[in-house]
Amino acid sequence: MEFKFTEDNLARIEAARKKYPTALAAVMDTVYIAQEQNGYISNEVMEELANVLGIDKVNVLSVVTFYTMYHTKPMGKYHIQVCTNVSCMLRGAYELWDGVKEKLGLDHMKVSPDSRFSLEEVECMGACGYAPMIAVNEDYYENLNKEKVFEILDSLK
Amino acid sequence: MEKIVLPDIPNLNQIEVYLASGGFEPAKKAFAKTPDEIIDEVKKSGLRGRGGAAFSAGLKWSFMPKTTDKPKYLAINGDESEPGSFKDRQIFEDNPFQLIEGAIITCYAIGAKTAYLYIRGEYHKWVKIMEKAVAEAYDRGFLGGKMKETFGTEFSCELYVHKGAGAYICGEESSLMNSIEGLRGYPRIKPPFPAQRGLWGNPTTINNVETITNVPAIIKNGWEWFSSIGAPKHPGTILFGISGHVNKPGVYELPSGILLTELIYDVAGGVTGNKKIKCVIPGGSSMPPLRGDQLEGVRMDAESLKEAGSAIGTGGVMVMDEDTNLLKVLLRIAHFYHHESCGQCTPCREGTGWMEKTLHRIDEGHGTSQDLDLLINVANNIEGNTICALGDAAAWPVKFMIARFRDEFEKYVRKDISIPVLNKVHSMRSTAVPLADLRK
Repeated sequence: MEFKFTEDNLARIEAARKKYPTALAAVMDTVYIAQEQNGYISNEVMEELANVLGIDKVNVLSVVTFYTMYHTKPMGKYHIQVCTNVSCMLRGAYELWDGVKEKLGLDHMKVSPDSRFSLEEVECMGACGYAPMIAVNEDYYENLNKEKVFEILDSLK
Repeated sequence: MEKIVLPDIPNLNQIEVYLASGGFEPAKKAFAKTPDEIIDEVKKSGLRGRGGAAFSAGLKWSFMPKTTDKPKYLAINGDESEPGSFKDRQIFEDNPFQLIEGAIITCYAIGAKTAYLYIRGEYHKWVKIMEKAVAEAYDRGFLGGKMKETFGTEFSCELYVHKGAGAYICGEESSLMNSIEGLRGYPRIKPPFPAQRGLWGNPTTINNVETITNVPAIIKNGWEWFSSIGAPKHPGTILFGISGHVNKPGVYELPSGILLTELIYDVAGGVTGNKKIKCVIPGGSSMPPLRGDQLEGVRMDAESLKEAGSAIGTGGVMVMDEDTNLLKVLLRIAHFYHHESCGQCTPCREGTGWMEKTLHRIDEGHGTSQDLDLLINVANNIEGNTICALGDAAAWPVKFMIARFRDEFEKYVRKDISIPVLNKVHSMRSTAVPLADLRK
């Protein structure tokens, strides 16, 4: 499927490009913009992205496959991220993780059939003092327990 | 107690409030001095990096070449991915303009025209906060071309926010630079050091967010004032992030050199359920853990913690009560480093995997005493044999956790299996192991 950036996004890429002395440096910002528009980074997206920035496609590929927040497959409408690192674990993160897994019927990096949810076990999100936590897409939810997490999940339509 | 980085002023994150509390006056004061005078002032203040290595900030700045045609850069490290560390987000949220002002003064001191503020990708909310704050600073003429009118100086600098995308390794300064350049976050071999060849091959200084935020206060109140706060060899306040089994976890700004026990029992409200402490990691997950019976008298500054057999790291204190299963904790830490190893150096790429698998085997109930020695052996073979400090960061928790809690780990392994070990590995049974030379 062909991919083209919207006019607005092209302007945002141009703004990102101005931050750096090289076009290559704008690649991370641009991948974010592409992911926002397309939901994930496909081959076509990478090709178009390389064209827009005037860099090699391999440079785009190398960045997309290195950083964990870029997705090469479609994720759910709500991407649920559960931190299970030490500080969260000490305060019951694995209970949350098991509960969420069971409730959604999903495992790490799996997407529900209706594409509503996807689930990821993430490394430390920097919310250690407010543990345990989950993130839904870009938003943090902190100081949780199982009941609160289920409430959050139920509220996501 | 006076707070430097997070003062108790309501709504300080609004530019009017920041200006009313004397904001951007230190920058004006700085522009009346020469860059060398500022570097000297910061050097004398004793300000040390808050990102983990606790290196003298002023000394780092003085490594920047004075005579060069190349553009110079400042990179501010807000990647903050160390488990147990969550202080920088508090600065973004509560005091963004002091960070921006610190960046301006630092740029002036080292002669940089461009600064990049690297914020980890997961911090979407805080990236937006900082982008808004930076835009406001531009509007008011505190950044960019308008600085000449605002401050009446010839100097001007740009500040850009760079958003990471989920990689612990990008908190390492050289991979942070690669990430800004749009490459994979692979650490670079040193030398050349960033002050010689950094961003795009140009002289670059990399400082932690908290370090930079301290700078305006030093310029405002002078180095004598700053150096009189806290521990003499590691002066100032430190943002301690306390997490785990305590009643009041959170970020607290306190003078360096505060007693660890005071921090846990008085500031953070003691251990949940009034239990005893089994283990404390005093500086983020990669620092050597301390036993519950090693805590008395330990002070929270770089020198004292080094003496106690650990390190200050990022000031992220993780407290574990007596019921904690340390094997599970160590397995989780090992999993983290295996996941985050960038894969450049064999000892780290393979070793972190081996450590995780071996710990997993013990967790499954198939471990032997030799496995504990094996783990220490693998850790020793990673430490010091990699390009960056992630190797050491992965090795220390395994090595010191097993050495210091050998009694506990022996309980998790089976005694009925004994596998002959061809190369007899060194067993660190003593709990009072001196910390192998902590490399800067």
